[in-house]
Amino acid sequence: MEKIANFFKSFLLVELLKGMALTGRHFFARKITVQFPEEKTPQGYRFRGLHALRRYANGEERCIGCKLCEAVCPAMAIHIETEERSDNTRRTTRYDIDLVKCIFCGLCEEACPVDAIVETRILEYHGENRSDLYYTKPMLLAVGAKYEEQIAKDKASDAKYR
Amino acid sequence: MTELMQYLQNLLGVAWLPVWTLVKILVIVVPIMLTVAYLTLAERKVIGYMQVRIGPNRVGYFGLLQPLADGLKLLMKEIIVPSGSNRFLFVSAPILALMPALAAWAVVPFDDGMVLADVNAGLLYILAMTSLGVYGIIIAGWASNSKYAFLGSLRSAAQIVSYEIPMGFGLVCVLMVSQSMNLGDIVLGQSGSAGLLGWYFIPLFPIFVVYFISGVAETNRAPFDMAEGESEIVAGFHVEYSGMAFALFFLAEYANMILIAILTAIMFLGGWLPPFDIAPFNLLPGIFWLLAKTSFMLFLFLWFRATFPRYRYDQLMRLGWKVFIPLTLVWLVIVGAWMQTPYWLW
Repeated sequence: MEKIANFFKSFLLVELLKGMALTGRHFFARKITVQFPEEKTPQGYRFRGLHALRRYANGEERCIGCKLCEAVCPAMAIHIETEERSDNTRRTTRYDIDLVKCIFCGLCEEACPVDAIVETRILEYHGENRSDLYYTKPMLLAVGAKYEEQIAKDKASDAKYR
Repeated sequence: MTELMQYLQNLLGVAWLPVWTLVKILVIVVPIMLTVAYLTLAERKVIGYMQVRIGPNRVGYFGLLQPLADGLKLLMKEIIVPSGSNRFLFVSAPILALMPALAAWAVVPFDDGMVLADVNAGLLYILAMTSLGVYGIIIAGWASNSKYAFLGSLRSAAQIVSYEIPMGFGLVCVLMVSQSMNLGDIVLGQSGSAGLLGWYFIPLFPIFVVYFISGVAETNRAPFDMAEGESEIVAGFHVEYSGMAFALFFLAEYANMILIAILTAIMFLGGWLPPFDIAPFNLLPGIFWLLAKTSFMLFLFLWFRATFPRYRYDQLMRLGWKVFIPLTLVWLVIVGAWMQTPYWLW
């Protein structure tokens, strides 16, 4: 009996018509497309975009050259060289991030003891050749200077969970 | 108008007939090409809407210039001929694919008497032309000298041969009922005071369904797009084609879709006839009704593609040989017997 019912079910294309009814309903459904340059999806304060190096309010750079970020980086995208400065503190002479290698995991940010390297909310950047995406220390510091207000706000929002 | 034609006839002399035929061909081919271009846009839009997206909307208002942008892009691209390929066949295959898709339009009646060639064996001509399209695909697959292309073309050949048979039987039913092979006469056979009840899709409903599904398989459209099968054999027979040569295959596929849609409309849905032979309906020109029916069938093509996953190859063959062919044969006999009884109303 069930066999006969199944036979008629497949012969009368019942299941196919059900499928078409489903797509037919979606044809009239409200569209959820976000039209990118004009509309944007909301970002969280932990968003991991372009990297930045921060400075303290007095202008001193935060990075102490501990190389924890370099050690933790799973893509080996960070390259650091350090020296002793005249005031006997250790500072970086080179701090390079190869954004082509970077996988934006955020481990460098987590490893940093002084909140020097951070990932900002910026995702709309590009390079026209490979070397454009090799960010050096002055470039990272410039990004940090430009977006310090936003970075500080995001760090404050995240502070209670750390 | 007649004076102008008389004047041109005198001016051109013996050259008049070829010139006038050429004009008529252009009047058919140019709108088809435009329809093909906008069918690609319609497809992207419809499938997008069914996937809760909005589809292309950046090039021109509502994406209306998208087909032109696509065409321009393909024109600018280089046509790469693989070094191991047979150059002559490789180049002629896209032409062989497109040519029959356009040639079949010669016998399609757009309104009462509005047809390029009023051939009495129109149905046979259509069958011949739609089967010729497979040569383009086979040659493309063979000339490419690539295993994916070859597999794709083999699949396509087997598929088209299998689905030709139920399609042919479907057409036999239609010509039995209409007593004519002339497409115009087939449409006129469906006219009468009953309106849409007089159309052949009512007595031949299973044939109508089988014919349309076979048509989808014949044009290699989803869910029967085994010849392309991008997830299995990358792009099948046109994997080695680029630029305008690829665009020609694309045009052929869409022209075939429109052809199958318009043939279904003519043979089962009363062609240019209005659904009700009363005032608001029969005032509209016949070509409007034909195009409305064709658009509906084309929408079904897109709807299928948005809904169904691709058939497995053995399922495809099973459907063709073990379901469609017996079904059409049985219905052929039923219709034959039915026509001998007084209960035959069509």
